[in-house]
Amino acid sequence: MTTEITKVPVSDFATDWDHTDPTWVSDPYPIWEDLRERCPVARTERFGGGWFPATHEFVSEIANDTDHFTSRTVVVGNGRPGEEAMPAPIGVAPPITSDPPFHQIARRLILPAFAPRPINALEGRIRALCSRLLDNVSGHEIVNGGTDYAQFIPPSVISTMLGFPEGDEDLFRDFVHIVLEGIDETDMEKRMETFAPIEEYFIRQIEEHQANPRDDLTSYLLNVEIEGNKLAPEHVFGTMLLILVAGIDTTWSAIGASLYHLATHPDDLARLVAEPDLMPTAVEEFLRFYAPVTMARLVKEDFEFHGCPMKKDDWILLGFPAANRDPDVFDDADQFVIDRAVNRHLAFGLGIHRCAGSNLARLELRVAIEEFIKRYPKFELAEAESVTWAQGQVRGPRNLPLRILN
Amino acid sequence: MKVSIDAERCQGHGRCFSLAPSLFDADDLGNGFVLGDGTLSAESLELARLAELNCPEHAISIEE
Repeated sequence: MTTEITKVPVSDFATDWDHTDPTWVSDPYPIWEDLRERCPVARTERFGGGWFPATHEFVSEIANDTDHFTSRTVVVGNGRPGEEAMPAPIGVAPPITSDPPFHQIARRLILPAFAPRPINALEGRIRALCSRLLDNVSGHEIVNGGTDYAQFIPPSVISTMLGFPEGDEDLFRDFVHIVLEGIDETDMEKRMETFAPIEEYFIRQIEEHQANPRDDLTSYLLNVEIEGNKLAPEHVFGTMLLILVAGIDTTWSAIGASLYHLATHPDDLARLVAEPDLMPTAVEEFLRFYAPVTMARLVKEDFEFHGCPMKKDDWILLGFPAANRDPDVFDDADQFVIDRAVNRHLAFGLGIHRCAGSNLARLELRVAIEEFIKRYPKFELAEAESVTWAQGQVRGPRNLPLRILN
Repeated sequence: MKVSIDAERCQGHGRCFSLAPSLFDADDLGNGFVLGDGTLSAESLELARLAELNCPEHAISIEE
């Protein structure tokens, strides 16, 4: 399905960055530190040309500049959305792919569902789910923090919110894979063909909800109106796709990375177990230190950004995780400080595209960690060399074997 | 001393009402707002400062 492209190894990330390069995937932090000192906006000719700002200042500036940068697509790939793709301001998955002024209209539709009050009401359900997953591996010497635990939590919660049938969670992980990891395809038409199973599934769910409307996000999107008109079918489809994709491997990655940290830092694990009041600062520090999500923008028109000659349709890889390690903004930026009181991190982005699901992500992360350490107050990595990290713009451990200690 | 939120800057990160629920709350969209008129006591000033320093959008300000 994907065009095979033989990748040339990266010689210098400052002039030839590639976020799918194995060095970047396994440990990007030294690369970003080097780029912050040398560039601080790195260039690549890969993916048809792009830029990677490595400092908090430039990441913030671009995130807030919707005049020069469009969110028409937010995943870097070899292709560009052609004329047939839904253009700005709506994009394929509103509101994440929308630009002003439509962006605000699309965003306001979904924000109420993700506001603190409705999200906090899910806590008991999430806690029961975590507990059930831990019951399933009860007595095991090795528990996989990824494949036994983290990967099941967000799909189940998102599926419930959208009103999809129980038991389809494995399908959703495939869908996420299609959207986020098919990026080497240069032919956009072929790339869109790979979306067919997702489209078929969503159409089935939409038809089922039209026949049996109920109190969930799918029924809401089908019935909500903008100025007296129901949403266009592609708007409903796009927002469902966004909620599914953005809600799954992001939080799964955050939960996995946090367990990875605790498994490799016994002092932090012991402190968090002994002092549960540290959980709020610990959660923010997990988010800063292991921020899973990198977004992208496209340059709207040729212009110069701090001396960089940006061209129309150049990619911007918007490295929120790199901004979170900038020593100009964070004291001891390369240290994990579990009780860091001041933590203005950008794990959920900045500006008008702040992650709409951030309240849900924080809740899932906190509850997942609380339940895990309540059940297993001591654990360590079972096989450090077998830990694998997801490639692309969402970073987290996929295989995470943990040895349970007494 | 008074604390305020610039509604134009706030993007609903939710740091203020998580850190200082006695001073801030969330509206139906999840954006923060100040409870009451924002007047701060000596004790609540410290909480307000913590919220100010953690707001990613620099939307919170404290005035004499």
